[in-house]
Amino acid sequence: MCTMIVEKVKVDGSGKGTSGWFKLEQANISYDHPFNAPLEHALNIDFVNESQGLGARVAVELSEQAARDLVRTILAVLDQAEKGGHLESQH
Amino acid sequence: MYRTDMYEGWLAETVMMTGANGDVINAYLARPLGKGPFPAMVLAHHMPGWDQWYRETTLKFAHHGYITISPNLYFRSGHGAPEDVAAKVRADNGIPDDQAVGDLAGAMKYMCDLPYSNGKVGIFGTCSGGRHSYLAACRVPGFDAIVDCWGGRVVMTPDQLTKNFPVSPLDYTKDLSCPILGLFGNDDSSPTPEQVNQHEAELRKYDKTYEFHRYDGAGHGFFYYHVPAYRQAQAVDGWQKVFAFLEKYLQG
Repeated sequence: MCTMIVEKVKVDGSGKGTSGWFKLEQANISYDHPFNAPLEHALNIDFVNESQGLGARVAVELSEQAARDLVRTILAVLDQAEKGGHLESQH
Repeated sequence: MYRTDMYEGWLAETVMMTGANGDVINAYLARPLGKGPFPAMVLAHHMPGWDQWYRETTLKFAHHGYITISPNLYFRSGHGAPEDVAAKVRADNGIPDDQAVGDLAGAMKYMCDLPYSNGKVGIFGTCSGGRHSYLAACRVPGFDAIVDCWGGRVVMTPDQLTKNFPVSPLDYTKDLSCPILGLFGNDDSSPTPEQVNQHEAELRKYDKTYEFHRYDGAGHGFFYYHVPAYRQAQAVDGWQKVFAFLEKYLQG
């Protein structure tokens, strides 16, 4: 645990793990050592549902730039959906 | 020195041992075959968990003549693929220092109780395992040598202290009871070269026996042959220093 930078957020949705789809309960977001990405530190997101065991995890490990691009893109897509009146919360 | 006409053999298996608070946890034990007596090593695994690298490194130490145990410091966090367990620990802000130290103390006792032990025990760790090793070597009497490989957060600022990490390991330096070998990469960000300097200054302040080696062209985890951080020349030299150091303090 070399940075110990981690935040958790409750999430609603589904994720596809090694055993198929499962209900997501939480996303754990850290900036620390990745397991696979060829970086010393990465922006790691673990989408998990601990009630279904530790294997109920969808993991991504992103470079800093990739993470920032992803955040911007998600927000841009949500803005487009909002302008088109497509958001679930608008119905 | 190995000769090609020598017999060699090892045994490696999962065992159960008593750790912090009397909890029974699992561990990977590897030992040379024969009556011994052999020196012993305790390995404190790194943040990515009780993973393949640590199991293979347990075998490596046994290959070099050490009874070696690697306790599963994440045992209480559940079971599954090592990465999934380590991801949970990462999300939970790590494991408590007291728990890790208790598990490593239990591992040392387990080794001392083995009939083929020569009574000397060292401890080795990388990354968070280097930090845990340092804590154990300072807080638990009985270790005869410690190898700290790029242990991050040995030097902590007050704002980094938490319930799990209530004391900066550096503050225990006066209690370090054995010689220490430290290996560090000058491109590392945890620990930084400046933090390594602070650590060295503290060891000098308390007149501890230490050997620090700092490698140019290497960052964090330069022994890890499965990731791009691996640095061949530095790793080969580092391993030579590890085994020379252990031979000096644990053999005979």
